[in-house]
Amino acid sequence: MVKRQKAQILDQETLNRSLLRIAHEIVEHNKGIENVCLVGIRTRGVFLAKRLAGFIKNIEQKEVPVGILDITLYRDDLTLVASQPVLHKTEIEFDINDKHIVLVDDVLYTGRTIRAAMDALIDLGRPRTIQLAVLIDRGHRELPIRPDYVGKNIPTARQETVEVRLVESDGKDEVVIVEQNG
Amino acid sequence: MAEVRWNKKDLLGLEYLSKEEIELILETADSFKEVTTREIKKVPALRGKTVVNLFYEPSTRTRVSFELAAKRLSADVINIATETSSVRKGETLIDTGRNIEALKADIIVVRHNCSGAPVMLAKHVSISVVNAGDGWHEHPTQALLDMFTLKERLGRIAGINVTIVGDIAHSRVARSNIWGLTKLGANVTVCAPPMLIPAGIEQMNVQVTTDIEEALGNADAVNVLRMQFERDVQSAFPQQIEYFKKYGITEERLKRAKKDLIIMHPGPINRGIEIASEVADCSQSVILDQVTNGIAVRMAVLFLVSQARDENQI
Repeated sequence: MVKRQKAQILDQETLNRSLLRIAHEIVEHNKGIENVCLVGIRTRGVFLAKRLAGFIKNIEQKEVPVGILDITLYRDDLTLVASQPVLHKTEIEFDINDKHIVLVDDVLYTGRTIRAAMDALIDLGRPRTIQLAVLIDRGHRELPIRPDYVGKNIPTARQETVEVRLVESDGKDEVVIVEQNG
Repeated sequence: MAEVRWNKKDLLGLEYLSKEEIELILETADSFKEVTTREIKKVPALRGKTVVNLFYEPSTRTRVSFELAAKRLSADVINIATETSSVRKGETLIDTGRNIEALKADIIVVRHNCSGAPVMLAKHVSISVVNAGDGWHEHPTQALLDMFTLKERLGRIAGINVTIVGDIAHSRVARSNIWGLTKLGANVTVCAPPMLIPAGIEQMNVQVTTDIEEALGNADAVNVLRMQFERDVQSAFPQQIEYFKKYGITEERLKRAKKDLIIMHPGPINRGIEIASEVADCSQSVILDQVTNGIAVRMAVLFLVSQARDENQI
C-alpha cells in the first residue's frame, strides 16, 4: 500500500490558534470552568487536553483537572481489528460525579471511539454533562454523535486518512491528509 | 513500552515466553490493576466469551482468582471440579477438552496433578488453554503475580536478589518463578534441606544453598513456599517443628537480613511451620498484596490469550 501526502491542513500556528479558540469556547459554554474537567483519549487526545488546560489557565487563571482515558477494553471491534490494541492505563484521579467532562480527541470519524469513551466514563461515575472537543472532524459518522467544539471540519474521502502530528508524540505540529493507493 | 505483540493462544509456562512477552503481561496487568480499584470493577472486554475452569486438583484461591478475573472482564464462567464430573467415569483429558471446545467455550483454565497436562491439552484443542498449575512443572500466573508484586514494591526486577525457600523439589511455583525472574534479570537463590533440592537445579541459573542465614543474607525479597506435610515431604522432614527451627522465617532471622526485606508466600500459609505468625503479619509482608494482584495478572492473561486467538483466526 502506497501512502501519499495530499495536503497539509494545519501547521503549528493554525493548530494552536484552533486550540486557543476551543479553550475560549469551553469557558464560554460552561460560563467559567467551575466543575469542568478535561479527559483526553489516548494517545494524542491526552496531549491536546493538556494543551487546552494550559490555554484555559491563561484565560481564567485557574487549573482545570486533566484525566487520561484508555478505551481499549470498551472497543466494539476488539475481535475484528487486525492489529492488536495494546492496553494502557486509565488515569483519572478526580471524582467525575456531577462534573462537566470535556472529552478530547484528535480526529472524529465514525464516532465509535467516542461511544466507547462514553461507556468507559460512565463506568467511572455519573458526570453532569459529557461534552466533546476534537481537533478535526472528518465526517463519515456511523453513530448519532456530534462534537461540541471543533478545531476544523475537513471533508474527506474514506480512502483518505487524516494524520494529526503533535510535538509531544511526533516531533512537530501539523495535520495532513494522506491518500492511500492500492 | 516496546512494541511487542502477543501471538500465543495459550499460557502454558514461563519457560516458553520471552522476556518481552513477560514484560507485556506485567504492563497489561498494571492497567488492569487500575480497573480493580474502581467502584465498578468490571469492563466489557470479554463480553460474550466463556471461560471454563477445569480443575483436576482441589483449589480454592487460584480458582476464585481466575473466576473473579474472568467475571471482571464480563466473560461467563463455568467451573468443573473433576471429582463431580464425567472424569470419574473415565473420560480422558483430551476428550474432556474437545467436549468443552464443542460447547463453544473460548478459554480453558486447567489445573492438573500431572506435569505437562496443559501442554498436551493445548495441542489437541484450538481454543485457548491457560495453565493454572500442573504437577511439579509450572504455575505461571502465580509467578507472574509474584513478579508483579515485586515490581510494584521495588520498581524493577532486573538486578534484584530473590530467595526462594522451601520444598523446591516439588514446587511448580518455584520453577515458574525461577524461569520468569531469571529471564527478567533477577538473581535467584534457592534454599531448602538437601533432600528437597532437585538434582540439576543449578542449571536453571540459580544459586543453591542449604543454609537459611546465607540465603537471606543479601536478599531483597524472600518467597516462602508452603511445606506440604500432608503430601510428599513426610519422609524428608518428619518433624514440622524441626523444619521451623532450621528453615522457618522468624523475627530473629529477619533481624539479620536486609531491613526492608520483602516477605512473600503463595498461600495458604502454615503459621509456625514455614513462617512465624508475626512475620506473616508484619509490615514487610506482601502476602495479601499478592492475592489482590493475582486478579489483575489473571485478567491480563485472559485478555491477551483471547486477543491472540482472534487475530490468528482472521
